[in-house]
Amino acid sequence: MLELVTSKLEDAANWGRKFSLFSYPFVTACCGMEFMSVAAPKYDIARFGAEFPRFSPRQSDLLMIVGTITEKQGPALRRVWEQMAEPKWVIAFGVCASTGGFYQNYHAMPGADQVVPVDVYIPGCPPRPEQVLDALILLQDRIQRKDGHSQLRLKREKIVMRERAALED
Amino acid sequence: MADLKTLVVGRKDAVDLDVEQELPHELMTVNMGPSHPAMHGTVRIVLTVDGERIVKGDVQPGYLHRCFEKESEYATYTQVFPYTDRLNYVSPMINNVGWAMTIEKLLGITKQLPRRAEYVRVIVSEVSRITDHLTCVGASAMELGAFTPFLYFLKCREWLYTLLEEVSGARLTHSYVRVGGVSKDLPVGWTDKLLARLDEITAVMVEVEAMLNQNKIFRDRMAGIGALDREACIKWGQTGPIARAAGLDYDVRKDYPYSVYPELEFDVPVGTTGDCLDRYLVRIEEIKQSMRILRQAVAQLPDGPVMIDDPRVALPPKTDAYNTIESMIRHFKHIVDGIRVPAGETYAFVEGGNGELGFYVVADGTGRPYKAYVRSPSFVHLSTASTIIKDHLIADVVPIFGMINMIGGECDK
Amino acid sequence: MSKKVLDALKAKFGDAIEATDDQHGDETAFVKRDKLREIATWLRDDKAMAFDAPVFATCVDLLDWRPVSIPHTPSTNTRPEYDGAGPRFEVCWQLRSTTHRHRIRIKVRVTEADPKVASLTPLWIGFDWQERETFDMYGIRFDGHPDLRRIYLYDEFVGYPLRKDYPKEKRQPLVRRPDLVGDH
Repeated sequence: MLELVTSKLEDAANWGRKFSLFSYPFVTACCGMEFMSVAAPKYDIARFGAEFPRFSPRQSDLLMIVGTITEKQGPALRRVWEQMAEPKWVIAFGVCASTGGFYQNYHAMPGADQVVPVDVYIPGCPPRPEQVLDALILLQDRIQRKDGHSQLRLKREKIVMRERAALED
Repeated sequence: MADLKTLVVGRKDAVDLDVEQELPHELMTVNMGPSHPAMHGTVRIVLTVDGERIVKGDVQPGYLHRCFEKESEYATYTQVFPYTDRLNYVSPMINNVGWAMTIEKLLGITKQLPRRAEYVRVIVSEVSRITDHLTCVGASAMELGAFTPFLYFLKCREWLYTLLEEVSGARLTHSYVRVGGVSKDLPVGWTDKLLARLDEITAVMVEVEAMLNQNKIFRDRMAGIGALDREACIKWGQTGPIARAAGLDYDVRKDYPYSVYPELEFDVPVGTTGDCLDRYLVRIEEIKQSMRILRQAVAQLPDGPVMIDDPRVALPPKTDAYNTIESMIRHFKHIVDGIRVPAGETYAFVEGGNGELGFYVVADGTGRPYKAYVRSPSFVHLSTASTIIKDHLIADVVPIFGMINMIGGECDK
Repeated sequence: MSKKVLDALKAKFGDAIEATDDQHGDETAFVKRDKLREIATWLRDDKAMAFDAPVFATCVDLLDWRPVSIPHTPSTNTRPEYDGAGPRFEVCWQLRSTTHRHRIRIKVRVTEADPKVASLTPLWIGFDWQERETFDMYGIRFDGHPDLRRIYLYDEFVGYPLRKDYPKEKRQPLVRRPDLVGDH
């Protein structure tokens, strides 16, 4: 009975989270121009509640990795991700952030998921703004289903704590 | 430390508050890290500050070094076009045209391009130049707090992106130009749509200029900030809007004319003081001049082919490639081996959105470049940043950085 | 376009100019390494030359230079095939004159064993970052440069990536996820 209440509360919390994402746009390259277009009036991202970029990782819950990540940038990206509070989600915007794109060389990292776990990958070089909005809807579904990487991690942690407490009894 | 304790804890009596005490001060290191809200590019500035005043700045680029030169050595000449798109990604057509001009110079076919191809290249380059300046001014204004001009200019930029998408198939990274011409002709009725949009953009620019030009906050934050005089500009190798704002009258389109620019009439705006306000005004005026060029180019646009009729350079028409074996082999060799450019080297340059954008290419007779060096204006301009920001406040770094218009892809190649 | 510059250089410095080249409208002068600073200063200060603006500075690695000729097509190349014996790098600087509107490219040949050349940054401050980039990518050391350190790559990077013997996809990662499986 208690679990029913907590799971309904959890669903309500996730509903709130998915419709008010505070994004941290980690903008590096050309995809930044399309990110600007997504935030602009024509392909308004504000209708999904995600328009307000918080330029501090401590105040945001969605890390949008926009553009190519290079090896030199890796430690900065990892630090920004670690500074975010859970639950947090990561979108790899563009094919450079997803797999490295057509930059297969000594400096471009083959995907941002080499350093951070990514929830939604958006292909495209750069992706059309409609693709970005589609990805945002996919992410919102994942958030509601409690399927994002950090939400699963929290769930795993809860189970581990519970098992440990049960063992000690 | 003992002084600090007295300062904080010792001032318990009201009479102590009247005594002026010397606060301990030392220089502080502040990092404007590679990920920061100024959406121009990813660069790290390590500032040594005395309070709010900058004593020393160390600008560290390279966070977007995507190895254009190394990738070019492994790609055919036509495969390099997408890489050039992503150099100055707000004005990609100009980069494409620059690369095409360098290869054509090596092949010796510069004078044999069809007239329509040259006019189409000029038209799309100028549209790209307008998107570059709109983005620069819009984003800089937003960083100073003026959000409305940003949204208005993005609206204009969307119109231009839609137009360029009709021409090339992509909104941002077009890869439209080819060695010997352009890949596809302009769609029917496109030039009329372009002229209609230019009128609409002129109306929007009137609104934005009314919001910014006489705005006290904008002028206070931009005037007198980041000035670089004419002599310093020459020594530092500055070109483009930054040099012109300082009074250096250098525009590649006028001084070393290329393509069909000698037949088009336009002015080059030149400023006086070289501070951020002059750079902003120069860019606004350049948008207007680009629109003037576009109107003339559309009126003078001739009919004809858009690709040179030279089998060493051009792909065969599709009907031939599917029906005759010679054309199929020619198509195959062009795609797989690339255009074979005779051995030699050259440096060709165009007026990019930021200044003199040049390509120094060493060819070795195969279909892949031996060396492809990009002389990127943003890189050269950013090198002055450490000197310009001295003795300014930390808040002044924002308009300075915005008006230098350092595009990460171009600066870090 | 600037042939008179080459003639003036040859007339004034004679032996120090090893060779001159004129392809596709670009004039190039190959200069002896120890005379570089002197020649560059003259190019900047002489009234008829007045090269006051720097354009670019880079380097060409000749390790894989084996030009191929194309049938029925003349080539302007004067550089012979690289045989491993001569100098491996050609360090280039391009200069421009604001008043006379001519351009020139100066080249200095250096070997792999001793990749040192005088820096032109004290003469034209605009070459500052470009020479740092050439050092970063090719390993050329510029004597007299105020602050010669890597600019594009991080300090932990080993090697000079634009040299022809550096493989394109050899990554030297700084950080990876701790739970990453496999070799990337």
